[in-house]
Amino acid sequence: MNSEQALNRYTLRLADNALILAQRMLELVAAGPELEEELANANFALDYIGQARMFYSYAAEREGQGRTEDDFAFMRDEHEFGNLLLLEQPNGHFGDALVRQFLFEIFYRHLLDALTQCADQRLREIAARAIKEVDYHCRHSSQWMIRLGDGTGFSHARVQASLDDAWRFTGEMFVADDVDKLMQDGFDGPDLAAIHALWRRDVGKVVAEATLDLPADEWMADGGKQGRHSEHFGFLLAEMQYLQRSFPGATW
Amino acid sequence: MSKQEWPLYEVFIRSKAGLSHRHAGSVHAADDQMALDNARDTYTRRSEGVSLWVVRSDRIVASDPAESAAFFEPAEDKIYRHPTFYDIPDGVENL
Repeated sequence: MNSEQALNRYTLRLADNALILAQRMLELVAAGPELEEELANANFALDYIGQARMFYSYAAEREGQGRTEDDFAFMRDEHEFGNLLLLEQPNGHFGDALVRQFLFEIFYRHLLDALTQCADQRLREIAARAIKEVDYHCRHSSQWMIRLGDGTGFSHARVQASLDDAWRFTGEMFVADDVDKLMQDGFDGPDLAAIHALWRRDVGKVVAEATLDLPADEWMADGGKQGRHSEHFGFLLAEMQYLQRSFPGATW
Repeated sequence: MSKQEWPLYEVFIRSKAGLSHRHAGSVHAADDQMALDNARDTYTRRSEGVSLWVVRSDRIVASDPAESAAFFEPAEDKIYRHPTFYDIPDGVENL
């Protein structure tokens, strides 16, 4: 693999992260605990869909084989998706979904920040646009972490359990594989070790203010970026891709 | 777990610099920060504003409808208080 091919893969991973997280969030539409939170969740999911489309379109252009963003989203199989395992995990209860958002968004914000400095112009532009949306998402999820963690005994215990549960999926974000390394060396891409330090700082600050305990780094799951997904992922794709698989090319 | 309603907040939006904040509606929220976020997510999705105010509805002191006669009717026949005798120059949109 050369660095140009790595950039293609990297762009697809960014797109997959945005799309799969959006798909999970959209499962929550019409199930929000309050009307206002319902709107916020749907808005955020649509932010991610917008980002996924920008990344997929760019990936399609780079590939130059006539595939479209829809082909990437609806016509690929599990092993071809490079999203993080954390993002495909089922929604669970409100605290579970919140912790997933929180842990990913703090990471993603720093990743986008690094991408605004990379050598590829299109990624720089997409990142600069996305970061404004994600900045706000971080604010929203951080405040909810503090609200639940520092809330009642009941909410504290539940969100702590969610945090402990999700923690094993955070290691994967910071393990640089060939694609990450080629992206870093060839295009001044993100330095995952540096982002890990920033992530720990920011997550630690919110977790402390929420009076929660930061889980210990023990065994970490990985493989999502390389297309080895958890059992939940097939079900997610089955629902998301059903229409295009049954009626290829269907439009309305 | 208690099923308690969150307090109501009134939302005011400044649609662009130079204009005053206008009442846009209300949101429910558990605290002030959440009220601001909810107002943003509910009322500014289509670029409606550049500034937001939220205030708890129960902190607003409102006039009593029963007293509206004493409050407002005396102003009705004071036509000389309206600056209707001036010509407004063309191009002035917000006066």
